Amino acid sequence: MNPGLPITAARAALARCHACHLLSRMKPLPPGSHAHCPRCGAALHLRKPDSLARAWALTLAAYILYIPANTLPIMTVVSMGHGEPDTILSGVRVLIAGGLWPLALLVFFASVVVPVLKLFALTYLLVSVWRKSRWRPRDRTVLYRITEAVGRWSMIDVFMISILVALVKLGAIATIEPGAGALAFASVVIVTMFAAMSFDPRLIWDALENPDER
Amino acid sequence: MNDPNPATFSASAADALVACHDCDLLYRKRPLREGEKARCARCGALLYTRKPNSIERTLTLALAALILFALANIYPLLDFQFQGRAQQSSVLSGVRELYAQGMWTLAMVVFVASILAPLLKLLALLYVLLPLHFGRRPWRMAQVFRWIETLHPWAMTEVYLLGVLVAFVKLSDIATIVPGVALYSFAALIVVMAATDAALEPEAIWERLEPCR
Repeated sequence: MNPGLPITAARAALARCHACHLLSRMKPLPPGSHAHCPRCGAALHLRKPDSLARAWALTLAAYILYIPANTLPIMTVVSMGHGEPDTILSGVRVLIAGGLWPLALLVFFASVVVPVLKLFALTYLLVSVWRKSRWRPRDRTVLYRITEAVGRWSMIDVFMISILVALVKLGAIATIEPGAGALAFASVVIVTMFAAMSFDPRLIWDALENPDER
Repeated sequence: MNDPNPATFSASAADALVACHDCDLLYRKRPLREGEKARCARCGALLYTRKPNSIERTLTLALAALILFALANIYPLLDFQFQGRAQQSSVLSGVRELYAQGMWTLAMVVFVASILAPLLKLLALLYVLLPLHFGRRPWRMAQVFRWIETLHPWAMTEVYLLGVLVAFVKLSDIATIVPGVALYSFAALIVVMAATDAALEPEAIWERLEPCR
């Protein structure tokens, strides 16, 4: 395997374009101006701008949204004039009660396990970078990659609601109405996706750059 | 593209270098054989690949995906039959019903993730690849090609299909649910879209951009 040069691109004052991956030499900039990739025109940065602040803010917002997402009903089944609200968790319970184990497991994993683990993983990554941890950077990078890839799967419940709402329109017999919890839940998923996007995994490795410090 | 920006210059010395996406380590770029991948020795991230006939294969698959996408959106997904009453649903009717019930934000989210983002991604791919195949350079190619990467995480076709399947199983207890043409088209679309992503080699396309600069 190609062993790599013993230096990072940032050390060599080379910025990697986030869009087309071309390396460009960064020169000191006049204040208030941006560097742009000479090949594709995207904004150039050595690291994602304000990565930690943005990722922290979005992660905290997701924690807050997580509360209404789980306490408010995601949908209400109105049948014969009386409504039965469903939350994320009660939706899973209904599936178990109906004996639909594989489906219950899928929904439980996508709607409960993934969002929680994703929030914890982001928090852990942010704390470890903030403390300039040098512990197992490769594993933390893998954790980041998983966190980034898995988040979108939590949208299963939101899409399911959109189908149910369109199908079950039987007037007085039964209708399904979307609930505010569904919006809060979709927001958790979207906000954590943005949080993962604004986190820069290269910061994990930057802590290894100056062994004399610390 | 001329470069009015004094802060950068096209570093021809840096052309032969690549930096790791995840840990920023520098590598000297070495030619690969077809089908080979270069990975970062420090963190394991994919550095670059070389795929055979990337442009032609991606183009073919993207065209097939566009046809399947049309079928998946025109035909009904599920037929709901209950005590002599029937209701059909398509991707768009789900969006419309959320909107009609006053949840327009949620309707937008579903619309973007299931229809708009996948469609724009396919159209952007065709916009870039079709002219490249015929040896022409599409207008504003860099901007359009950049969108593809931005759109990628928001195109949730495969997640959407799982949502439909969950709804299908949930309702099949209480009513008769008949899968429609769109459901099968969706399943095929996911496979073809995954193959499209796998066939695409962005480096090869960015390199096509350079001589025209």
